[in-house]
Amino acid sequence: MKEIVVLSGKGGTGKTSIVGSLAALAKDKVLADCDVDAADLHLLLKPSLKEKTEFWSGQTAVIDEDKCNQCGLCQELCRFDAIKDYRVDPVACEGCGFCFHICPVDAIAMEENLSGHWFIADTKYGPLVHARLGIAQENSGKLVAQVRQKARQIAQERNLDYIISDGPPGIGCPVISSLSGANAALLVTEPTLSGIHDLERVLGVCRHFGVTALVCINKYDLNEENTRRIEGYCADRGIGVVARIPFDNAVTEAMVRSKPVVEYSSGRVSQEIEKLWDGISGIRS
Amino acid sequence: MIIAVASGKGGTGKTLVATSLALSLKDSRKVRLLDCDVEEPNAHIFLRPVITGKEAVCIQVPKVDEKKCTYCGKCAEVCAYNALAVLPDHVLVFPELCHGCGACSYLCPEEAISEQGREMGVVEWGQSDGIEFVQGRLTVGEAMAPPVIRKVKEHAHGDGVFIIDIPPGTSCPVVEAVRDSDFCLLVTEPTPFGLNDLVLAVETIRQLNIPCGVVLNRAGVGDNKVEEYCRKEKIPILLTIPLDTEIARLYSKGITLAEGMPQWRESFGQLFDSIKETVDERNRSLKR
Repeated sequence: MKEIVVLSGKGGTGKTSIVGSLAALAKDKVLADCDVDAADLHLLLKPSLKEKTEFWSGQTAVIDEDKCNQCGLCQELCRFDAIKDYRVDPVACEGCGFCFHICPVDAIAMEENLSGHWFIADTKYGPLVHARLGIAQENSGKLVAQVRQKARQIAQERNLDYIISDGPPGIGCPVISSLSGANAALLVTEPTLSGIHDLERVLGVCRHFGVTALVCINKYDLNEENTRRIEGYCADRGIGVVARIPFDNAVTEAMVRSKPVVEYSSGRVSQEIEKLWDGISGIRS
Repeated sequence: MIIAVASGKGGTGKTLVATSLALSLKDSRKVRLLDCDVEEPNAHIFLRPVITGKEAVCIQVPKVDEKKCTYCGKCAEVCAYNALAVLPDHVLVFPELCHGCGACSYLCPEEAISEQGREMGVVEWGQSDGIEFVQGRLTVGEAMAPPVIRKVKEHAHGDGVFIIDIPPGTSCPVVEAVRDSDFCLLVTEPTPFGLNDLVLAVETIRQLNIPCGVVLNRAGVGDNKVEEYCRKEKIPILLTIPLDTEIARLYSKGITLAEGMPQWRESFGQLFDSIKETVDERNRSLKR
């Protein structure tokens, strides 16, 4: 079994459109949407829900006004400025429990957070594990870990060859949680200065966690000079560039019709994505 | 006044809007741009600031003095993040799990725990042609963006207009970056992904009780559902930027709209005027 996670650093480079097409091209796989706070993969795969599970994670402090003697110690010690006028701002509270432990009159309780839900669904392309982090909730990394664990379990039970994960943008907690221990990361970039800057940082994360990275340049014809820069940068570091996908409005047209682009158009975009899958499916596990 | 520029979906044009807005206002007002997308800060690419100062962002992690420690286990018991483990004759500290709350050192009965700074990133500031510039940068390999974002936002005080470039998504870094703003601009595109993530972003911003408006970028690319949603939810579309390969080409070279197509400055000025009107009206009604 091989686990391939699709990342980009910069958002909006085409991760989900590519994962949607890989879903249609790859055989014997489970799909995982690890972008738990702005998940979009389900819009292309039209899943039918099989299982929905609550995700409880972390705590929030609550002050009992009747017991509170307004000594102010909690406000003074909280490093997250989460307590004002003897009330807890649940958005700012990190759930550390410091206030709960030091309150001299035991007026503070810690309540468990319902931080979101995760789902197992069937799609015409195979099983999909996805999730939704609650609005303004923390612990996205732990929810990603839950999604991956479930996907791995399904892959083992059904003897599937691949786990294909749609990752979140950025380089922080949910990205690290999507990446650590995966067999390979496919990094989708675009030939813009922002895309290049962000690619370099996410490549740094892959290096840090020892995960093999492969690069795909999306909309490569937007700025061919920058495309050559990316290719040179990757060549110097021994990183494979597995595909160069041209700009084509067919990608958006397919999205509007809730279809992976390889099922909507047989043009150059689809041909390049097929080449891309050939390039990454052969990596060693 | 603090204006947050957010989006839900990545790559919709937050940085393009934030930098163009800053450039369009700088001749008439004091403007400071704060890049809170500390995982992937990009505003510097467009503004090319001269950096004049920087400060490391550290969180305070525990350091155990084993000469004083009696291995009672209190520190591990109070740590909500499992950043400490107490063995019969040794204490293990996992600094990368620590949120720096300070509970362990305060509650240690032997006063055996002191704290030391662990660097997670850096805040840099400087000038870019009349715009004050501040950005945060999370160190590659570090997981926690909020401490770096909090440090950047310490620079959002005083007179003038503060424009904050927000990271994509709807989770804790976004909330940390948007909190305490007077207005949130949501940049989206008219596609199913753009709409799905806009709806999530609107829910988040409403939870924070911050007024919002939409900038519709790449108009003409997909369908009309974002406009329908905004009409239904009574969210104003304050600016529409068409799908234009020339804009995309300028963007790819790190050139903002306000710089590459100066005729857009007037539109961004009007965008600011409508934001200011909403914020002033809200402040008046809050005083009443």
